[in-house]
Amino acid sequence: MSDIVPKIRQFIFDNFLFDAGEEDLGNDDSFLEQGVIDSTGVLELVEWLEETFDIKVEDEELVPENLDSVNLLARFITGKTS
Amino acid sequence: MCGIAGYFRVQDNKATFDLRSLERMIWSLRHRGPDGFGFFQDQRTGLAHARLSIIDLEGGWQPIHNEDKTLWVVFNGEIFNYPELRQDLIARGHRFATDSDTEVIVHLYEEKGPDCLEDLNGQFAIALYDQKEQALFLARDRMGIRPLFYTRHDGHILFGSEIKALFSASPAIPRQLDPQVLREIFTFWSPAGRETVFQGVFQLEPGCWLRVDRNGETREEQYWDIPFSPASCSLAGKEEHKLAGQLRELLVDSVRLRLRADVPVGAYLSGGLDSSAITSLIKHYTDNELQTFSVTFADKVYDEQAEQQQMAEFLGTHHQAIRCDYQTIARAFPDVIWHTETPILRTAPTPLYLLSSLVRENRYKVVLTGEGADEILGGYDIFKEAKIRAFIGSQPDSSCRPFLLRRLYPYLALSPARSAEYARKFFDTAAPVDDPFYAHRPRWKTTSGTQRFFSPELLAAADVDPVDKLGARWGKRLAGLDFFTRAQYLESKMLLGNYLLSSQGDRMAMAHSVEGRFPFLDHRVVELAATMSPQVKMKVLSEKNILKKAMADILPEAIVQRKKQPYMAPDIISFFGEESPAYLDEYLEPSRLRDSGLFQPAPVEKLVAKCRRKARQGFRENMAFVGILSTMILHHRFVENFSADTPETLPGTRILVGCAGSSK
Repeated sequence: MSDIVPKIRQFIFDNFLFDAGEEDLGNDDSFLEQGVIDSTGVLELVEWLEETFDIKVEDEELVPENLDSVNLLARFITGKTS
Repeated sequence: MCGIAGYFRVQDNKATFDLRSLERMIWSLRHRGPDGFGFFQDQRTGLAHARLSIIDLEGGWQPIHNEDKTLWVVFNGEIFNYPELRQDLIARGHRFATDSDTEVIVHLYEEKGPDCLEDLNGQFAIALYDQKEQALFLARDRMGIRPLFYTRHDGHILFGSEIKALFSASPAIPRQLDPQVLREIFTFWSPAGRETVFQGVFQLEPGCWLRVDRNGETREEQYWDIPFSPASCSLAGKEEHKLAGQLRELLVDSVRLRLRADVPVGAYLSGGLDSSAITSLIKHYTDNELQTFSVTFADKVYDEQAEQQQMAEFLGTHHQAIRCDYQTIARAFPDVIWHTETPILRTAPTPLYLLSSLVRENRYKVVLTGEGADEILGGYDIFKEAKIRAFIGSQPDSSCRPFLLRRLYPYLALSPARSAEYARKFFDTAAPVDDPFYAHRPRWKTTSGTQRFFSPELLAAADVDPVDKLGARWGKRLAGLDFFTRAQYLESKMLLGNYLLSSQGDRMAMAHSVEGRFPFLDHRVVELAATMSPQVKMKVLSEKNILKKAMADILPEAIVQRKKQPYMAPDIISFFGEESPAYLDEYLEPSRLRDSGLFQPAPVEKLVAKCRRKARQGFRENMAFVGILSTMILHHRFVENFSADTPETLPGTRILVGCAGSSK
């Protein structure tokens, strides 16, 4: 899990947080509440997850509890790949 | 149709503008009226007119005066009920020198003053000079179909159909972008009120008039507003079929009036319900030869060619289409911004700009379109979205209700509602249903995300939250309305008035000297729609229910039942396909971004890098990219490098009244 978190952060910074620095996003910050990701960004995120980690994200797994922060994402990916 | 421009001196100690200033002003609007120019000038006032001949081809030259030549008018637009008004005025003793619709304005103003506007059924921007009173009167139609801008400079009021006319009057007129209005555009898609993106330049708002007297005292009044009110659902209980019949009757008359012209009139056909309804009404109720025009897209995501073809065949119209691919859009985009005169967050005006060139090539000057039906008859997804959110909100613990969100946006490749749970959280703004902006908050939140790219200086200069400012402005007007009607009012006043009728409407059609006419925006139709209850307009989740009922027997079932596909065009992907336009590097160059003081170069660079990796992006990136690019083009062409090159002699000048150095 330790190498997943930096990978996720890098993806978020490159693709959604164009103007932010490292200190602007905590690993538990909600993407939706902070305005990091908009509704279509969620689907972009899923596309990246599926390509990068070779997993399939099912529709019923598309819930904020799995995808709405760096830590939640890391836990979700770990669960899917272990 | 035409373009108007002029000045009015309000301080006696100032030197006046000269005829050459007027010529520069009107020459900048020659695309609006290429058929010739007319001028009036006296010690205080200058009026200029660029003519697009549509009614009274021989005699309709402007400026036009009353019997004793004390009232002078230049006018952009059409008064559709002018034959009836003319008859009445003649009966009251007025003598007409022309057969034009323009002339009714001066005689009617003599009779009633500003109240004359109440009698006009039309789309217009009027500048009337009262020589006796030494006063200027400006007026704009009820829904804001025709534009009218003004500014104050050096003891004068300068006005014109487009902002470029004001800047052409003199290089001394300040041309700076307004940070606060930029924030509004990057929140609402358009300025929220009378301010424009240029500091000190204002628009006369829809349904308003402005009178300036010789001392510069101004009086501005709103003579009409969309009559949504808490008590406006008086027709709620009426039987639906009666309302549908009433709507049909008014639309038939509205179409009939809008076909009045001394040149042939065509129609746009998008493949959707609204333009199909208008075209079908022309076919069934008039003898007009039916020529239709539409846009098709090489990108299937946006294309509606099959439906357009189906309608054209159903009605037997002579149909022509222009095909848009990514390169065509990218190529035309800088010219589109020259005409919008404001930043835009989507490329959608561009295909309409290309479409009007097709109309013009076919020698048509006038087209009827379906604009306005979505706002007044409840067609937008945002209304549906708000209805579902309110339904979910009334039972927040329900696990079934959020699944309704999946019915939103089925036409999008990247639907925000693919996951009901996500959609619920995304659309949850914590705003109660009686919040004045309940329906709009999710959209504005997403759009506001584009402000991340603004420079710190710009944000410091624009420290008022646009939504708070809007609350102060509209709070009282919206009080007491239900959330659906509030949403309709805001869409009509902001998106329709300041974006659809402007950047997508008047400006794209007039760029190629084409006049759009909008039967749904006849004030009688708008007034009837405003009295119908939300339930009549959107039955459960069926949008524009009453229009479907009114048109069912003259449209193919498939068009009536078709799921709504809003008009959109490819955005980022147009600029990052196989051929990227060379101007991208020029406009988005880091030093240029920095020098403009508008955007932060590094985040823009990151966004561009992302677009190069993958050209099809989500909502926010699309809006941010198009917004930044259009702002930079606007800044370059209007602030840094504005040019008002004008020939020594204007071709086609037919009327020159009282102008210094000219023959009368």
